Amino acid sequence: MPADPIDLLRVAVAGDAGLPAEFDESRPLAAAVAFGRLLRRAELDVSVDSVAAFAEALGVVGLDRRNPAYWSGRATLVRRPEDLDAYDRAFAAFWSEVAPPGPGAPARAEVALALDDDDEAPDVDGGDGGDDDSDPALTMAVRFSAAEALRDKDFAACTLDERDELHRAMARLRVGGATRRSRRRVAARRPEGRPDLRATVRAALRTEGEAVQPRWRVPADKPRRLVLLVDVSASMEPYARALIRFAHAAVVGRRRVEAFTLGTRLTRVTRQLGWRDPDGAIAAAADSVPDWSGGTRLGDGLRRFNDRWGAPGMARGAVVVLLSDGWDRGDPAVLAEQMARLHRVAHRVVWVNPLKAAPGYVPLAQGMAAALPYVDAFVEGHSLASIEHVAEVIAA
Amino acid sequence: MSSSATDVASVADLQSALGAHSYLADDGLATAVFLALRLERPLLLEGEPGTGKTEVAKALARWTGGELLRLQCYEGIDVSQAVYEWDYTRQLLHLRAAEAAGRFSQGGAEAVTDELYTERFLVRRPLLAALDHPDDGPAPVLLIDEVDRADDEFEAFLLEILSDYAVTIPELGTVVATRPPVVIITSNRTRDVHDALKRRCLYHWVEHPSFEREIDIVRLRVPGVAETLARQVAGAVAELRGQGLYKPPGVAESIDWVRSLAMLGRRDLDDAGVEATLGSVVKYREDAERVREAGVGALVKAAVQRAG
Repeated sequence: MPADPIDLLRVAVAGDAGLPAEFDESRPLAAAVAFGRLLRRAELDVSVDSVAAFAEALGVVGLDRRNPAYWSGRATLVRRPEDLDAYDRAFAAFWSEVAPPGPGAPARAEVALALDDDDEAPDVDGGDGGDDDSDPALTMAVRFSAAEALRDKDFAACTLDERDELHRAMARLRVGGATRRSRRRVAARRPEGRPDLRATVRAALRTEGEAVQPRWRVPADKPRRLVLLVDVSASMEPYARALIRFAHAAVVGRRRVEAFTLGTRLTRVTRQLGWRDPDGAIAAAADSVPDWSGGTRLGDGLRRFNDRWGAPGMARGAVVVLLSDGWDRGDPAVLAEQMARLHRVAHRVVWVNPLKAAPGYVPLAQGMAAALPYVDAFVEGHSLASIEHVAEVIAA
Repeated sequence: MSSSATDVASVADLQSALGAHSYLADDGLATAVFLALRLERPLLLEGEPGTGKTEVAKALARWTGGELLRLQCYEGIDVSQAVYEWDYTRQLLHLRAAEAAGRFSQGGAEAVTDELYTERFLVRRPLLAALDHPDDGPAPVLLIDEVDRADDEFEAFLLEILSDYAVTIPELGTVVATRPPVVIITSNRTRDVHDALKRRCLYHWVEHPSFEREIDIVRLRVPGVAETLARQVAGAVAELRGQGLYKPPGVAESIDWVRSLAMLGRRDLDDAGVEATLGSVVKYREDAERVREAGVGALVKAAVQRAG
């Protein structure tokens, strides 16, 4: 069933008939396939489509000069600026193979480079059906047994088994969301909002063109975007895994959720957490976070978030939730400034602090104290019960 | 001007053609545009605001002579704003007229209904206009601006249209483009555009131009500006980009700044000039404070030095 990628490409390119007749078709094709392989080994996500497009592009600009070949590859094979470095390195390696010493350069060398079959064209649509719906009977049992007793237990005090139990309970959490007015309009039951001419015309057709029954439309509600920033530094160790589970439940449970981890740097993990399977998702996220259990630079991380994502649009009108103990090695003034910035664009800023539940807790951590003036809701997050409460606060 | 502008022979030809229409494209962008024209694929341009992404489409339209159809995306955009809508007001009038003429009582109800959903009452929005284009004349340039502002659902819908260059209107049938439009999609990357859409498109990440190119762009866009002023502004802007501002100025800001300064009759950058026109380049209060803290004098000095 999985055809030879080269055959696939031949079909793809021939089908478009974009190649001048005099052009030797095998050479750009072999080169494109080889280069695609090279890029995949450098962990770029390169689809067969892109390779076909690259081959086509080479057919147009030729393979005899570096500059056009380089830019064609960038236009067809790269889709994120983050991949440019890897692309540049791979291209240098590729070009040293392909660069024409003369017109008769043999295509053989490239083909040899192409055909080690360690990775097949990745078709990561995960089409293997969802077995995410666990047995309902089992679910009920868990809800009423151990998890019930564990609901108020501090994550940090849990045994490994208990933690597993809680993680499973966490996967079933559903996170709602505050809503906002959408530009879209939906039919109204009563005369309110604006007249709906479209529906009025349709109704009028039924009554011989007489608009007897005017119809109305009112703005629809839509969920606000939810942005989760999870602190994964060393001081958060006992809680980070549980909180990232919560982030996972939110990402898979509803639309318009974005998740990031904060430590010494900022990492976007929305995509990794999008996997249905919680363990797979957490593993993928943990893999992509280079600074798990490292230091904390909340202010810098937040600044990066604001610069790159938040202020340009992601945090606008959104509910932003920070899950952190507020220990920050950076300058508290930076954190305060960034919190102020975040607060200005976000609809609501919620801070979830696992330490808040401790008796006599006072937000003494410098970072926490600096951030507090810009927080709309300051809540605990040390146990299942408190996390369930967080879900309610977010939905409010 | 020719209807076969898309047959441009080489990247260099394309560069000079765009240059003749006030757009200076570097090799990367020119190659991407060239390939988009030749392979008839949409081109997705991502980059910081103010790097001239939208301007590419405008320059292309000026050069090819094709109609520029611009679809500005926003949250909640839907088919009736992007593709087509019926002109309900006129439909209602038509119904009233038919009724007044007694057509309903003469058993003409069916015919009247059919008349309502004909081209007469169809309002073409940019996407439909781009597909439903007369054969003669240059292909239109479809600019889908700031696609990252639209919702994911809209992206999926866009993907459907861009793969087949066809759209179905239930009451009328399917409209298939006889000649695909030139499609430029821009994104400020406030969120990632879906992979499926990216896969359909050619991609180019637009960077701030190099120092010398920025000077060329400014001089091209603000004719008659003194060269020293253009150089010094480009120098100052480069300096500002290194200061870690919330919103580093783009080329658009450089152009605005030079215009403002020229309007005030300045031929050189000096402290007073910068103070008076800082709002053209720096758009946040915090950024303005940061610039003043670092010292306007120092900025001017560094700019003059860079300008050489």
